[in-house]
Amino acid sequence: MSQASNQIGKLDWITVGLYALFVLLGWMSIYSAVYNPEAPLWIFDEAFYTSNAGRQLIWIGTSLVLIILIFALDFRFFESFAVFIYAAFMLALIAVPFLGVTVNGSHSWFKLGGVTIQPAEFAKTATALLLAKYLNDPQVNLTKWMSQWRSALIIALPMLLIIGSNETGSALVFASFIILLYREGLPGEYPGLLIALIALFVSSLLLSPLTIFICLLVMASLFVIILPIYQRRLPQTYVRMAGAIAIIMALSTLVDWVVNHVLKEHQRNRIKVLLDPSFDTRGLGYQVTQSKIAIGSGGFWGKGYLGGTQTKFDFVPEQSTDFIFCTIGEEFGFVGVMAVIVLFLFFLWRLLYLADQQRSRFARAYGFGVVGILFFHFLVNIGMTIGLMPIMGIPLPFFSYGGSSLWSFTILLFIFLKLDAHRSDTLSR
Amino acid sequence: MPEGRRIIIFLFFLLIGLIFIGKMFYLQMFDSTYEKAADNNAIRKIIQVPFRGEVYDRFGKLIVYNTPVYDLYITPRKAVVKDTNRFCALFGITKGRFDTLTKEAWAYSRVKPSLFLKHLSKEDFAKIQDALVDYPGFSISTTAFRTYQSKALSNALGYVAEINNNSLLDQKDDYYRQGDYVGISGLEAFYEEALRGQRGVKYRMVNSNGVEKGEYRHGDLDVSSVAGQNLFTSVDIRLQEYADSLMMKKVGSVVAIEPSTGEILSMVSAPSYDPSLLAGRNFSKYYQILALDPLKPLINRPPSAYYRPGSAFKIVQALVGLQLGILTTGSVFTHAGAPVKCHVHNTSHNDLHNAIQWSCNPYFYHAFRKILYDNTQGDTFERSAQGLQRWSELVANFGFGRKLGVDLGNEKKGNLPNVEYYNKVYKGENRWKFSNIYSLSIGEGELVVSPLKMANFAAIIANKGWYIPPHLVKGVGDKKTIDTFYKTPVSVGIDAKHFNVVHEGMRDAVLHGTVGREGKIPDIVMCGKTGTSQNQKGKDHSVFIAFAPKDNPKIAIAVFVENAGFGGFAAAPIASLIIEKYLKGRVDRKDIETKFMNMSYLANVTYNRRIVKKDSLKR
Repeated sequence: MSQASNQIGKLDWITVGLYALFVLLGWMSIYSAVYNPEAPLWIFDEAFYTSNAGRQLIWIGTSLVLIILIFALDFRFFESFAVFIYAAFMLALIAVPFLGVTVNGSHSWFKLGGVTIQPAEFAKTATALLLAKYLNDPQVNLTKWMSQWRSALIIALPMLLIIGSNETGSALVFASFIILLYREGLPGEYPGLLIALIALFVSSLLLSPLTIFICLLVMASLFVIILPIYQRRLPQTYVRMAGAIAIIMALSTLVDWVVNHVLKEHQRNRIKVLLDPSFDTRGLGYQVTQSKIAIGSGGFWGKGYLGGTQTKFDFVPEQSTDFIFCTIGEEFGFVGVMAVIVLFLFFLWRLLYLADQQRSRFARAYGFGVVGILFFHFLVNIGMTIGLMPIMGIPLPFFSYGGSSLWSFTILLFIFLKLDAHRSDTLSR
Repeated sequence: MPEGRRIIIFLFFLLIGLIFIGKMFYLQMFDSTYEKAADNNAIRKIIQVPFRGEVYDRFGKLIVYNTPVYDLYITPRKAVVKDTNRFCALFGITKGRFDTLTKEAWAYSRVKPSLFLKHLSKEDFAKIQDALVDYPGFSISTTAFRTYQSKALSNALGYVAEINNNSLLDQKDDYYRQGDYVGISGLEAFYEEALRGQRGVKYRMVNSNGVEKGEYRHGDLDVSSVAGQNLFTSVDIRLQEYADSLMMKKVGSVVAIEPSTGEILSMVSAPSYDPSLLAGRNFSKYYQILALDPLKPLINRPPSAYYRPGSAFKIVQALVGLQLGILTTGSVFTHAGAPVKCHVHNTSHNDLHNAIQWSCNPYFYHAFRKILYDNTQGDTFERSAQGLQRWSELVANFGFGRKLGVDLGNEKKGNLPNVEYYNKVYKGENRWKFSNIYSLSIGEGELVVSPLKMANFAAIIANKGWYIPPHLVKGVGDKKTIDTFYKTPVSVGIDAKHFNVVHEGMRDAVLHGTVGREGKIPDIVMCGKTGTSQNQKGKDHSVFIAFAPKDNPKIAIAVFVENAGFGGFAAAPIASLIIEKYLKGRVDRKDIETKFMNMSYLANVTYNRRIVKKDSLKR
């Protein structure tokens, strides 16, 4: 009895409050997206529960049950069973091509009774748990090759399985574990290299090889100037720089080749749309164009709740799921959009802070894993609604419509909050 | 290190957040194209064009109304036809036709609606109306065509057509848009604002499939349409049709007026055209044909044609002379000394009555000379100017040389020569005198009148000195409002007593004067005056003005038949038939009726007529 009240007492109410706020805002936006001004449905209408807003209400209710279940379990459960949980979801990912059903053109769902579940959504949590458990071992040192390889393996396995079922977008989420690894001691060169590669990738798509080459030469000349005199005199310096430039040019050529020969048609088109927003505005660019129209027409104060015309009348495909942010942009304007971004950043900051407060490395690593996953979704989802990111099936955590998505983010978050509630029960190392 | 890495991670988050906010700021605050794009997406402006007002005749008979027609439009990108066979059966087209039409629409535009099937009738529309819901991308557009109960009166009614670019640019209140229909001529143009009503606008929200989803801003911006007002004309459509039939195969005009009210009973412009030709989708085709016709059927002659009044104008001379006290009923003039000839009639006692009855040219030559010279001082040049001055002041009262103000747009002023006019023609004062202008005495020379003015003149005689401005519309809208201008009598400044001799003379002209056998109606007391209007090319125009009955006149009329010769030959019989028809409701003189319905003077008609400047006199 007293223990239960203790757990609640130590629960981080700021995080819970923000979670509740996001879920509520999300539901309101979904309601608005399906709202029909000619026949408004109310929550007591039976037909209401066949609409997205009604079903989301069910998902929210069941999420509450999940939260209670998580809190009913012993906090040590997640650490102890991390391997089994991971193994179970890897099996599920392997099984899904054979036993799964197709929803919205994606063959990655399980049908359990009346609900469909996408195991890929939950695999993130499982991976975060196993990675945290692995790092909990004092022997593991991420500056060492061995530890780096093993961590990479834990991440790569679900990634590859998900790519196998053609969900490249969901697979990319696993790249966010670089944040977890970085916090747990992975040398800064790795995330630095990752960012550099992304920058190279984008610039080689946007710029001609000659432009890149000239830029590199300019950068090299500037670099030489800031070098100490003795190094400037060494021939190796120039050999190394020439080598670096050669490698970069080769990589940039490789990117072109990959885009044109390795990527599939639809992936290539998504990149084209990103680079040139006017590319096929009626076809492939339609979604982004409509999304930008919805957000752009919101203005400073927005059109008012339930007042968005683009939102209500289905101009943006996937409005309730991946493009829920449009509704906020259209109906609440720049003010609403800024509020959501600021609140989300504050939410992430709070989680980062809480994670660093953990005494066990398991809880801390898991916390950073949660932050990484949430941030990645935030980055890609909002980025794609305003044409800064290619379109991938990445939902906005807590906001987007969908059972699998809401459940998986709830579980992901509340396992961490459960661990956090018990941080004084753990011995610090 | 750990704290530091958290900060680094968060700084990266912050950077991304700032980029997002920056991009949002640009999208939402700077770039207004998205706002417009959103409105284009979701708000549909629906223009409701009300039906034009209908037109009725003086007895409440419907003359012009509207027939709605329905056009089916297709928006290829949105059009989904799952079951083509059912669709084809519903619309009564073949599969091949369907494919061709769809292909054409695709070729025109994927997103803009193009015409798929045109001219669906009310019945067809009723049949497909409900089924249309199953076919997204198909929409119905309603338009209306003017429909005419009668083939007559087309020139006075005018026609309706798409507004042209010049009118679009010149419009004052910025009401019309490209493609709007507007009254171009006749009553349709004159009463345009009443007839058209007020266009309504509805803003409706539509979803991505173009399906309506309700009012935009609760309909606050909507403007409901106001139906066009009906016109209640003074025209007797049966009389109009009858007059029309008499004017077949002739060029000319008929104007009949009810003298007591100024209401126009009939206004014929010959040749005319079937008004329905200019009311359909084939407007441009028929317009081309009619506009190129050398006989100019599109012109409404009665208010705008230029003719000399001919001998009918002698009545004016008689009245002016009497009013000025220069003539009396007993004034006698012989044929002697006049440069104008006369036909044979009894001149033993050639008084005013006799002169009117026989349309005596020398009489009015002498009379006009007296009007100019009596009680004037100076040499003949000065006396002519003084005399013409008082003469033209009085004559102007009859409406000559100015607009009467009929409710038609194309009324012409005509010409009434006065002192100023001749000073201009002869390039200076005192350079002209009676001998230069004497042809005015018998209604020739520089006088220019329209058939409408002559009909109004007949009404003035009938009323013994006053008229109400002639008009075609008695009332506008349900309240039948009308400008007081068309209710107010205008006096011409001639004492009523002076009209008695005119009436008697005109009566005898009909009975045993210039009119002849075919112009007599046995049981109606008609007074009339023939005229023969000279023109530069071809045969004279036949002119006749009349009113009847002599006591308490009900109808005053002017008939002009181009190149038909002497007034008694064509114009008088036609006028008598119309008067008989109007007063009795039937015509008993069938032989005369048949003769003039079939009579054609077209062989004499010369094209490119111009007004004659040179004097030449006759009768």
